[in-house]
Amino acid sequence: MTRFLSLARLWALLVKETIQMRRDRLTFAMMIGIPLVQLMLFGFAINNDPKELPAALVAPTQDRFTRAMVSALELTGYYRFIAPAATAAKAEEMITRGDVVFVVTVPSDFGRRVERGDDPSILIEADATDPAAASGAISTLGTVATEALEREAGLPQGSGPALSVVVHKRYNPEGITQYNIVPGLLGVILQLTMVMMTAMALTRETERGTMENLLSMPATPLEIMLGKVVPYLGVGAVQVVVVLVASKAIFGIPMVGHLSVILIGIFVFVLSLVILGYLISTVARTQMQAMQLTFFFFLPSLMLSGFMFPYRGMPGWAQALGEIFPLTHFLRLIRSVMLKGADVQTVAQSMAALLLFVLLLSLAALMRFRRTLD
Amino acid sequence: MSEPAITVTDLTKRFGGKTVVDRVSLSVEKGEIAGFLGPNGSGKTTTIRLMCGLLQPDGGSGRVLGHDIQTERGAIKREVGYMTQRFSFYEDLTIEENLNFVAGLYRMPGRRRVVRETLQDLGLYSRRDQLAGSLSGGWKQRLALAACVMHRPKLLMLDEPTAGVDPKARRDFWDEIHRLAADGLTVLVSTHYMDEAERCHRINYISYGTLVARGTVAEVVRDAGLTTMVISGSRAGEAARRLEGEAGVDQIAPFGTTLHVVGRDGAALRETVARVAEETGTEAAPAETSLEDVFIQLMGDAQDNMS
Repeated sequence: MTRFLSLARLWALLVKETIQMRRDRLTFAMMIGIPLVQLMLFGFAINNDPKELPAALVAPTQDRFTRAMVSALELTGYYRFIAPAATAAKAEEMITRGDVVFVVTVPSDFGRRVERGDDPSILIEADATDPAAASGAISTLGTVATEALEREAGLPQGSGPALSVVVHKRYNPEGITQYNIVPGLLGVILQLTMVMMTAMALTRETERGTMENLLSMPATPLEIMLGKVVPYLGVGAVQVVVVLVASKAIFGIPMVGHLSVILIGIFVFVLSLVILGYLISTVARTQMQAMQLTFFFFLPSLMLSGFMFPYRGMPGWAQALGEIFPLTHFLRLIRSVMLKGADVQTVAQSMAALLLFVLLLSLAALMRFRRTLD
Repeated sequence: MSEPAITVTDLTKRFGGKTVVDRVSLSVEKGEIAGFLGPNGSGKTTTIRLMCGLLQPDGGSGRVLGHDIQTERGAIKREVGYMTQRFSFYEDLTIEENLNFVAGLYRMPGRRRVVRETLQDLGLYSRRDQLAGSLSGGWKQRLALAACVMHRPKLLMLDEPTAGVDPKARRDFWDEIHRLAADGLTVLVSTHYMDEAERCHRINYISYGTLVARGTVAEVVRDAGLTTMVISGSRAGEAARRLEGEAGVDQIAPFGTTLHVVGRDGAALRETVARVAEETGTEAAPAETSLEDVFIQLMGDAQDNMS
């Protein structure tokens, strides 16, 4: 017993380990804080049967039957009409950009057909790039709408005109999950490697003591930052080529949009990532801390960006929180362009958000960078 | 006389609530080798970092090579060579790659030629493809020195450059420093080896953040006003015990079979030593005070001030 395990020695080791753990404040805070924050965050934010999905309504004549049906749809809890009087063009733009998940089109003769007893029809276009997001909403659709119409027309249940609901699954009619996952994976892979590698960059110099020497020589903060960041842009470029080729060749993901728009979007995204990593490396004192900070950032961005769970299905506060991650904007952009063929104007908002990240993060990094060893 | 290479006045630096450098004033003439001495943790490294623009002082001012240490860091960095205490070049780069990197950062014209000449001067040309991390302590130090003087600085600051280096390499290193100084380079070197201090033109002694002595070695020893006696004989050990705490005795240090006894009050010391020598049957003789005796004395004084 004492030869392999001495309790006194074990105790000495345990005490030493606990002291070290306590002394590294950042690690300690993270060990306590992370589980708590993430439990609250994800416990409440994640929802696999998303409700209140944004929808647009295209209805030239808004009669009482249309209104009845819309309010019935809203009562299911799945639909939230954020654009109740959209034109067809406007609705098309919104679904391409990802602002709405559904476009409900009620033809102008809808009311007349109900009154006449003809079989009316409505068209529901669903953004099926994420097949899981829309499925619940689609499945409840037919019966709810029919019942609402019968109530409004004062007819007993089951005796009214047969409402035909035409469901049009846009962009991904077969509901292939990879269509949604693979472009998203590009963002996730880039995010993990780019942020982590650059986060190590400066801390490695500090840890090895080469920072003092580097600072004593005439190199400006901008030069040092660019010198650290540019090589990783090259690494990112290689990754992008690999993932894009694989997504086309192995997974058969359609590339509807312009390659140039895709590449510009990726470039701005990667730029924001490497600068974020660089910012982390100006904060962290050791490579270990840099790693921890990277993960602290990585996990919520994975959960709240819409990569793992439908973004539109999260509660409002979680969506607002999701906006602070470059990944959220990148996913919106890449899915719109790759799967829906969006052009530059349509994704301008996401692009602008990514550029804003680049600008703010660069400023923060240059300000955080210490020209001195203080 | 032209402006000194370094003049700093009342330089102060605090970390947290601790004053690490406390109103240090210092001046180093052009072309001189200035020794910067003091015990561990006395603020030598911090003072050097303040002077080469690596730290922002909390008080005081100074000029290095005519440039303000607070506002003209860029100019100082271009004209100063700084060799850090710890080897701080890239261990995962080869010797040549390290030198190329440094030459590039200083935008040296004719970079390839300069690097090749530096390698040849160092005697490392045949090993230029070796990783810097695989070099021994002495070679690392030579490489670091070569990299620091490659851009022909006007001032060289060396922070304990010979720590962990064997005596032969240390002597070669100092010969090189003197050669560089003869060419007009000003050198400030921190150390706590006494033999190295004696190779400097002038020394500055810093203790717990304050400059306590300065001048040539002879001046510092003279100004300390110490008296030293040597006791020798078989019962020197017993003599040491008896001298403990006696009037006039400040330091007792055994050197082999002899005993150095040092004190500020010469008359009292001589009297005490003579008495103890008689009691123990040992020989007592006056001796010259060494720089080391002075430093130990200064360190003891500073600690007294602290408490």
